[in-house]
Amino acid sequence: MNGADAIIKCLEAEGVKNVYGYPGVAICPFYNSILESDIRTILIRTEQNAAHAASGEARISGRPGVCAVTSGPGATNVITGIATAFADSIPLVCITGQVHTDLLGTDAFQEADITGAVESFVKYSYLVKDVNDIPHIMKEAFYIANSGRKGPVLIDVPIDVQNATINKFKYPEEVKLRTYKPTMKGNALQIKKVIKELEKAKKPIICAGGGVLLSDAQENLRHFAQEHQIPVVSTMMGLGVMPTKHPLYFGMVGNNGKAYANRAMNESDLLIMVGASVADRAVSQPDLITKGKILVHIDVDPAEIGKNAGATIPLVGDAKCIFEDFEKESFEGNYAEWLETLKEYRVSMAKKRNPNPAYVDPAAFISALSEKMEEDAVYVADVGQNQIWSCSYAVTKQGKFLTSGGMGTMGYSIPAAMGAKIAAPERQVVAVCGDGSFQMSMMELATMQQHHVDVKIIVLKNNSLGMVREYQQFTYKEHYSMIDLSGSPDLEKLSAAYDIPFQRLYNMEKMDEVIDTFLAHKGSMILECIIDPMDIVR
Amino acid sequence: MQKKVFQLIADNTSGVLSRISGLFSRRGYNIESITAGGTADPRYSRITIVATGDDEVLEQIEKQVSKLVDVKDIKELRPDESVFRELVMIKVRASAEERPSIVAITDIFRAKIVDVSPDSLVIEMTGTQNKIEAFMGLLSGHEILELARTGITGLSRGTENVTYME
Repeated sequence: MNGADAIIKCLEAEGVKNVYGYPGVAICPFYNSILESDIRTILIRTEQNAAHAASGEARISGRPGVCAVTSGPGATNVITGIATAFADSIPLVCITGQVHTDLLGTDAFQEADITGAVESFVKYSYLVKDVNDIPHIMKEAFYIANSGRKGPVLIDVPIDVQNATINKFKYPEEVKLRTYKPTMKGNALQIKKVIKELEKAKKPIICAGGGVLLSDAQENLRHFAQEHQIPVVSTMMGLGVMPTKHPLYFGMVGNNGKAYANRAMNESDLLIMVGASVADRAVSQPDLITKGKILVHIDVDPAEIGKNAGATIPLVGDAKCIFEDFEKESFEGNYAEWLETLKEYRVSMAKKRNPNPAYVDPAAFISALSEKMEEDAVYVADVGQNQIWSCSYAVTKQGKFLTSGGMGTMGYSIPAAMGAKIAAPERQVVAVCGDGSFQMSMMELATMQQHHVDVKIIVLKNNSLGMVREYQQFTYKEHYSMIDLSGSPDLEKLSAAYDIPFQRLYNMEKMDEVIDTFLAHKGSMILECIIDPMDIVR
Repeated sequence: MQKKVFQLIADNTSGVLSRISGLFSRRGYNIESITAGGTADPRYSRITIVATGDDEVLEQIEKQVSKLVDVKDIKELRPDESVFRELVMIKVRASAEERPSIVAITDIFRAKIVDVSPDSLVIEMTGTQNKIEAFMGLLSGHEILELARTGITGLSRGTENVTYME
């Protein structure tokens, strides 16, 4: 057995079903050995998307997504995908081939110091120098990626290490890490304190972040909120924690969120922030969420607490463990009046749009589309105006809403949707992107076709980079620069070239009919919606 | 702005120092000095970092550093509960006439002359930063040709704050 065989054995032991990647000489031993395994390989068209696809899979399966690419440019291309996963705390194990150990540091062909380059975007990284280290490194990598605050781990394996004979292969049953021990269980005293404050509070609110989904605590949170009638808002990464139409849910906070959600958070007297980093996009003025109120900050990462806002009650631990403990406590709270106020805000502060009837209104379209999608469907939003409209108008039921929230990486939706579909072939998966973000990942249409991954793609087409255009409209007084997407391909012809069925929607007239056909179609389909180039999200 | 001395116990693996210093640079934390070396247990290194910042930043430094997978323990070495030392080597221009006065200052500070050349001396001194500053102040009348400082290292007093390595 050689090192590459050992890596594959480790992946099997971890229950890995799919590997996304792109070969090159330095990773050839790995892709040679994988042929003897049942693990499915998906040949992505550029390495960045291997990490995005693995991220899409991880966010559905709850297990680390795996990608494997070659040394040098293969490894450097994957960095954006790794950074995207890191920003959203998505567990990945990324394996990179590396030049021969003897050539390390000699500027050999396709050599890149990937462990050095990726340092600030990974939870941990390894450069494997001894083949006998493979089993424990793989075990540690999966454990580190998927425990505590989750994130990507990179393993760089020189080609000679992949080819070297391993003395004795034994996959360790337990991880032995002397220095890494994440706290899962919340401090009992702090939990009691929170309950005490909830008893006293008149206007409590829970703000759910992506950490709730990462620890699979959404059911516990919903149950707790329901039981005590506590209203809930969410960050962008926390979309889907509560079904959009849940009576206790009051929308997404932040500068692109709902005005009534922000108001609810600011006016509360007890704010329970859970699994959210309180970064600039969700909370532009941290003062507002600390002044005159009790701030309970729950996070598995102690460094998040107090990073951007000082918490009154810090509570370190896994969201699921903590909400399970909350559920065990009994207390009486009466928030009926507060709920009534919030319901009033929800109606009176709802945003009114004036859509241009000559085009498809993205807000109405996204709302109709997501309403028609299946109960457990996966909605993947890209980055740009499409992301903001998706966050604002998509209706999530029991399914998932995925997007690149932290990094805002354009081109995320198509590869991530592929990964999601591969993880859950029975679920409906729809990627929604703009014509800018679509062109950043359109090479993956081939991957979809080759590997029979049925992803439905919506392209909101306005022939421009809408988010930047809107920014320039207001910040630079309509002094537009670098936003014209002329030269883009005719999507109908492009779809035909890939043999993917295509529809185009020009305005709202036939919207329902077109969406119905789109969703009912078995297999992939691209639906282009022509939207007003001057439409704005604000 | 405050100054704090942090003591870290980290896994003695390759790259651990770059992981720590990289964290400081990318998060914009100020390092005044960093020293690293082995401990009695060869599996671990002891790293002493002197950092400056306001309370929030210093708290973040402690949290972010303890998050690193390789870091076993980080704690603040409080000045009143710790002993700090720094080593400095100073090469001073010293002609035959200047030599006696430099030797005199060196003796008073219990520093050592470790090299004598026809026109220069190398002085080695260990002490607290205050002592080193004072010593250098007295040498200011002389031309300092080269200077090397190790940065602070330190230990807590007594047995209360020992990090045991199982």
